[in-house]
Order: sequence, then C-alpha cells, then structure tokens
Amino acid sequence: MSDLTRMSAVELAGAIKNKQVSAVEVAQAHLDRISAVDERVHAFLHVDAEGALAAAARVDKGEITGPLAGVPVAVKDVIATKGVPTTAASKILEGWRPPYSATIYERLQAAGTVPLGKTNMDEFAMGSSTEYSAYGPTNNPWDLGRIPGGSGGGSAAALAAYEAPLAIGTDTGGSIRQPGAVTGTVGAKPTYGGTSRYGLIAFSSSLDTPGPCARNVEDAALLHSVIGGHDVRDSTSIPQPMPDVVAAARLGATGDLTGVKLGLVKEFAGDGSEPGVIAAFRESLEALVKLGAEVVEVSCPNFQYALPAYYLIAPSECSSNLARFDGVRYGLRVGDDGNRSLEEVMSLTRDAGFGAEVKRRIILGTYALSSGYYDAYYGQAQKVRTLITRDFEKAFEQVDVLVSPTTPFVAFPFGSRTSDPYQMYLADLFTIPTNLYGGPAISVPCGLSEGLPVGFQIMAPTMADDRMYRVGAALESAVGTFTPPAL
Amino acid sequence: MTTTALPTYEDAIARFEPVIGLETHVELGTQTKMFCGCRTEFGAEPNTQVCPVCLALPGALPVANRAGIEATIRIGLALNCDIATWCRMARKNYFYPDMPKNFQTSQYDEPLCAEGYVDVEYEGKPYRIGIERVHLEEDTGKSLHVGGATGRIQGATESLVDYNRAGIPLVEIVTKPVPGLGALAPEIAKAYVTELRDIIRSLGVSDVRMEQGSLRCDVNTSLNKPGEEWGTRTETKNVNSLRSVERAVRSEIIRQASLLDEGTRIIQETRHFHEDRGDTSPGRSKETATDYRYFPEPDLVPIAPDPAWVAELKAALPERPSSKRARLREDWGISEIDMQSVANAGAVELIEETIAAGASPAGARKWWMGELARRANETGIDLADIGATPLQVAELQKLVDAGKLNDKLARAVLEGVVAGEGDPAAVMAARGLEVVNDEGALTAAVDEAIAANPDIAAKIREGKVAAAGALVGAVMKTTRGQADAKTVRDLILARLS
Repeated sequence: MSDLTRMSAVELAGAIKNKQVSAVEVAQAHLDRISAVDERVHAFLHVDAEGALAAAARVDKGEITGPLAGVPVAVKDVIATKGVPTTAASKILEGWRPPYSATIYERLQAAGTVPLGKTNMDEFAMGSSTEYSAYGPTNNPWDLGRIPGGSGGGSAAALAAYEAPLAIGTDTGGSIRQPGAVTGTVGAKPTYGGTSRYGLIAFSSSLDTPGPCARNVEDAALLHSVIGGHDVRDSTSIPQPMPDVVAAARLGATGDLTGVKLGLVKEFAGDGSEPGVIAAFRESLEALVKLGAEVVEVSCPNFQYALPAYYLIAPSECSSNLARFDGVRYGLRVGDDGNRSLEEVMSLTRDAGFGAEVKRRIILGTYALSSGYYDAYYGQAQKVRTLITRDFEKAFEQVDVLVSPTTPFVAFPFGSRTSDPYQMYLADLFTIPTNLYGGPAISVPCGLSEGLPVGFQIMAPTMADDRMYRVGAALESAVGTFTPPAL
Repeated sequence: MTTTALPTYEDAIARFEPVIGLETHVELGTQTKMFCGCRTEFGAEPNTQVCPVCLALPGALPVANRAGIEATIRIGLALNCDIATWCRMARKNYFYPDMPKNFQTSQYDEPLCAEGYVDVEYEGKPYRIGIERVHLEEDTGKSLHVGGATGRIQGATESLVDYNRAGIPLVEIVTKPVPGLGALAPEIAKAYVTELRDIIRSLGVSDVRMEQGSLRCDVNTSLNKPGEEWGTRTETKNVNSLRSVERAVRSEIIRQASLLDEGTRIIQETRHFHEDRGDTSPGRSKETATDYRYFPEPDLVPIAPDPAWVAELKAALPERPSSKRARLREDWGISEIDMQSVANAGAVELIEETIAAGASPAGARKWWMGELARRANETGIDLADIGATPLQVAELQKLVDAGKLNDKLARAVLEGVVAGEGDPAAVMAARGLEVVNDEGALTAAVDEAIAANPDIAAKIREGKVAAAGALVGAVMKTTRGQADAKTVRDLILARLS
C-alpha cells in the first residue's frame, strides 16, 4: 500500500472495502502522522486516538458499511462531540465534555467515518487566521510562519499536512472557504439549512453553516452527502431532499462544462485583490471557458455593503448566543469564593474566559442591538441583507453560478493583521455575501501566487449545491491539485 | 408635615381617577416544554425534567411545540383577538441565573394575537376590557436561596437553581389601559382576572391556579386628577390570588394618592405586593430599566398559522363560561354567589355531567360542592382528579333517592369510590353499607335499646316524644349506621306508645 495519509477519501474507502487495508491501519497511519507533525502544525486541540481506533475496529468487524466507512475525519472544535472535549478554542469551555453530540457528528459516526479529534480554530469561530484561538495558532503547512486561514484553520491545515483526508468546518462568513483557499484544499459551505446546526456552538445563528473540507472536490461532496439533509432538531433546517452533490462532482470531473454560464461578479474582479490572486483566478477562468463554460459579467451592486452588514448582524447574534457562558452550569467559573455576588462571578468568569476578539464582537453586537440604535444598525443591516439576496437572485436569472477569488490575499504572516481588525475582516470580503444570502459556495484550489495557494470561489443558488460541485470538479480536472512542500 | 396618615380609599377616589392595566401570565398545560421534549409535571424532583436544549448547553437549538402555538391561538380567539398570519419569536436579552440562555425566547413587536377584548360583568353591569396583545414565551427556572434569613438572595450563602420549569410555555395577556372605572377599579380588576381564568380554564389549556403559579398577574396602576393627563404608573408584582388583585389596586390607589397629596412625584417602578400586610413595597426601578435588546429569534422559523386552521380552532371554541354559567344558573335554580363558588371550585362541568347522568341539580351540587370539594381542598387535588366521576356521583345519588343509602352511609360509599374500590353499588355491597329497612331485623335492636335505657323509655311513655332521638341514636350505633333513622323512630314510638 502506498502512504495511506496521501490517499483520498474515495481511495481509502475503496481500499478498506476491498480489504486491501484495515480501517484500524488507516486510523493508525493518520494518528502516527499527527504525532509526527502536529507539534509543528498544531491543527488539533484534542486527539481522540482511543475513540478513533474503536470506531475503525467497528468498521473492520463489518458493523458499519457505506461510501466513507473507515475514512478518518477531523472535526472542528465548535461541534459538540459526546464525551470528547469541546472548547470552541475558548478558555471559557476548557475541559467541557458535552453530554450529547451534534447531529452531523452522529451522522459521521453512523456512516462509519473515524473521527480523529478536534481541530483548532479562532475562538468561537471569530477570526480569519486562528490567531484568536485561546490555545495558540495553527501554522500553515505551506509555510509554518503563515496563517492557515480561519476560523477553521485547524481543519484546513490538518488536510494540507496529511493528518486527515477529511475534515468538518463551519462557515459563518467564510470560515470553511478562506482556510481552504490559503491551504490549497477544498472547502464547501452548503446552503444554509442544508446541514444541521444542532450541536454546533452558535456564533451567528442566521449565518452558521457546517460543511465539508477535503483535499479534492469528490471527497468533499461525499462528506457533504453524509452530513447533510433535514434534521428535526434544527428548525431552520430545510425539509427537502438535498441535491445529489456526489453525482454532480463526478459529472464535473469529466471536464465538460458546455452550456454552463459563469457569472463574473464585476465588483469582485479587480480592486482589493493581490495581483497574484487575480492572475491565478483569470487563468482558471480561461481554463473553464476551454471546458465549454460561458462567462457573463454580472453586477451585484450591494455586495459592497456586505462586510459592514455582516459586522452588525454576526456580532449582534453572537452577543446573545454567547450570553449562556456565565459560569453557572458548565465551563469556567472564576471568583466563586463565597464572598462575591452572582453578578460578580458571572462578570469575572466572562472577563477571564473570553478573548479580546470575542469581547470586541460581543460589545459591538450589544451596542448594535441597543434601544435607540437598533434601527440604525441591526435593522439597517437586515435591509442590506435583503438587497444582497436580491442581487444574487437577479444574477442567477442570468447565470448558473457566480465566480470570484475566494479571498483577496494568500496566507499572510502571523501578526500582520491582528493590530487592525478591519485588515483581518477584509479576508472575508468575497465570502461574506453568500452567507448573508444563504446560498452554497465552494473554494477550490486554482493556482499558486508566490508559492502559496490561491482559491477559486463558486457560488450557487440556494439548494443548488450540486452546481458548485460540478463546476468545482471541472476546475480541478483542468488545474489539478496542489501539494505543499514536505514538512 | 412629617408623617401623613394615609387617606381613606373613599377619600382618595373622590379626588383622583385611576387607570389600571393588567399583565397576566398563564402557564400552559402542554405535555412537553415549548422548545424541547422535556416533561412539564409540577413538583418533580429538581432538575429531572431537563435536556441540552432547556439547560442551554452550547450548540443546543430550540424547536417550537405546535401544541403551545395552538393553545395561544385558542386563547387569543377566546379573547376576540386578531391572529397574526405571520410573526416571529424574539429574544429578550438579560442575565439571570434561572434563565439558562440568559435570554428569554418571547415575542416583541409581532405578537401572535392582538386587539381583542373581554366583557366582564360586575353587579349586573357590563364592562369591556380591551386586550392589547396575547403572546407566547417561555418560563424561567426557579432559584432557591439557601442560608439567608429571608430566603431571598440577600444574605444567602448559596443559590440553587431548578431548571424543571425553564422552557415551559407561558402566554402573556396584556390589557389596554383601562380608565374610567372610578371607585370600582379594584373590583373590576378582580372580575377581569376571574373572567380570564374561567375562559382559559374552559379551553382546557391550563389549570390556571394562582396558588401554584400557573396564573400570575401584574397590576399596573396610575392616578390622575379629573381632566388631567394620566399619571405615572407603577407595576405591582407578586399578586397571587384573586382577592390580592383587588387589594393590590386598592392599596396602590391609596399610596399614590397620599404621595400626590404631598406633591411627591410617582416613580415608575416595579412594586411587590405583600399578602400579609395588604400593601406594596418598591422593587427595581423601571426608570433605569434593563435594555432588553430584543431582536427576532434566528434559531426559530417564523410562525405562520394557516387561516383555515385558525378558522377551525375558532369554530371549535367552547361556550363562553359566563354565558354558560348564566344558562346553568337558571337551569339549576341557584343564586349568582352559589354559581360563582361552583365555578371557583372547578365544578361546573362536573355537576353538569352528573345531572346529565340522571342526578337532580341539588343532589349533584351537594356532593361535588360538599364532601368532594372538602376533600379536594384538603388534599390539594383538583376536583376533576379526585377519584369520583360524574357517573359515579349520579349513581350514588340514585341510591340515596331510592332509600338504599342514607346520608351517612352515602358518605362512606363515596369514600370507597374515591379510594378506588369501584362504583357506588359495588362499594355498598362490598362494605355492607346498605340501609336496613327490614322491620324484623330492626325490632330486636329497638328492644335492646329500650331495655338498656329504661329511664328514656319511661320519658317517652310519659309523652316526651323528643326523647326518642336518644334511643334512635343507640339503635343506629348498634346497627353501625345502616338503619333507616325514620323507620327506627317509628318503631320506637310504636313500641312505647
């Protein structure tokens, strides 16, 4: 057998099914890889070796079969995993072991995937670099001095470092796609409501979307099909069958895009992106045209307001969602010495437990929701959201998908954007409109700029996730995949 | 002037006009909580009816309970409200340890029901109380403060929280301000809450028991001089009985009048009613009120009741309790006060069904309002759950009417019925409680009693017929109450005449 950690999920599943290798051997190979490299990458906050080997053994016994049975998966630490530490990379949840599992985690287990452990992220998924993890940043396998993107930098880095063939991310403003772009991996944000949020520790309820991360488009589609679909425990989950994303990915891989109309978002095509990013994006677009696609320029004039609208809606919701972390029922409790009032203990707990970026957003959101400011901020942002949705709907009357670079810049060095929050927020400039609209989008590696990966974003209409997989797989067939230097 | 004696109520009301408003919370009797599948039984062991959702564990999400929405709509319909065709839940954000999420899922500017009214009758006159809104929200947990002298948070060494109640559906019913009631404001306030309670009880959506907190009432009161603008209102909480509603309004009118007389400004604040003293004390001031930062709940989809469904619910509403009571009062031939006690005891339907099963109105009312109501009071069990059915009570009364049971024996039979020993006839047979009317069987007992009490027998022989009662008592004793008293008396008099 070749190096098990270099194989795709599809290859691994096939080899396990055909008894060329056992699931336990596959799990052990990845655990060994984690032992070998994660000290330098720091993709994982918790490795559950025992749980992984036990899950693999069940597959080897034939208890579970399926298209991903026996394939290891890394899970972002914002997903509740019964009995396995879940912190959202925050001190306020240090040591918490949930008494229940997220729906998508249960689906991963039921499908026979082998969860390896929990991956690093920006605290409560707030950030674009993992520099806001309370447990230290994750290093980009392409250049250990650079960020792996965020918030799901741990999941993306685990893939790029061959620590896992599959990973789960969550995307609120780009937290799956932007890490995918800067690590040369695939990250897909499903339609909002297409994957269950039950058990996903909420950052911004109306935007949070769990989704698949992988090293190639077909693997991502397979993972998507395993975790997706209606869930009665999430009332915002869509009660409709999801599109066949796996078939779409396989169709796209044939390299034929005849008749497919790609909408080039005029507002995203030029300004703000690094020249190397623009160059790689343009080349990829040409490659898609060669496969038969047609490019139509579309205007989405309200996309320019997406970033400010997002930075009112997401913090507003987070200020309420994070209120439950008060030291009363679980997690950190500070100052409970018998002399302090309940309010003081809550206050001390939250002060000690939350990091600076989380506090910044809680304060921002509290302000935006305040009486007298609500209409000007939260109310106005919701109107912008409606306008952005209309931009999408109008664009999709003309084209099948919209395309843009995933993020304006390649992986940046640590510390280069932490002093100015706005510079950090710009990382999500191209990904945020999709979240406000609720549609699906995928980032597929499309080239290198100064030796670092560039991501190509494909945005599709809601519940048309299959379209982005088709175009994404076609792009992959044209430009290939990108391998980071050896660690 | 340092201390002013409080004015009398009559004095206060002669110079000021009150405006009242009531906010009533009704805990719905749904099987499960509003946003999760936890049970809602009252009095369960602390923290045994909880799950990730109602404990607000990280990642848990709410899903709305259709039964809670249906009950709210039915209440809204019964209060003549318009039902929203589309509305959203909202988050009311504030920190409190008995509220797991540190926000309450409630409704803000999009209530499920709005713009209704309730007609209340007091001393034969109708009063229309406007309903501003009826909305759905969730209850909080309960805090228990241990170690302090007062049981309140001040001075306590430990605070314990029971989350069993957290997430139980609550319906909030808010009236419009009610001016123009004058001196009757306290009585009309009470009459309104009574009417509301009866209406909700008739819908079967809540047991509406003020003493258990399933019906809670906040009373808003303000005063103004005739012709002037309405005054600043206070909100009185902890009003835990119908009588307290009336007393709270009355005491607040007197207190505010006294302050206004002194030229003191009324502070907009929450006040706490003291059942024992009959007055209120200040709670938190609303002038520095928390900003609740309401916003639409993003975890729940909007509620959009199908108009056809709402029409169905409306068509199926039960007869309005006050109309029904007026009708039944006539049928049963009882006074309004008696009818009110029947309603208060929750016995209207029970008596109605007992009569339908063949008992006379007087007979049916006698058992439900007497022996059974007494037991319900003593045990705290609802009359409807006491263990006797209308059918059984009707059967009991038939046995009495047929002379097979006397009053005392009937009580014993009823005891057996309540204890689950079976239907009245079966209990009577099993316990051997049937009236003994057989003269032959009684004669021996009578002779025995006469022999044992020669003095009394002599008196009767001398014509002091009233003395016969003592001998009847003796016979009843030896027959363990099973003799028919009249037959015994006739026998004694016949023997001794």
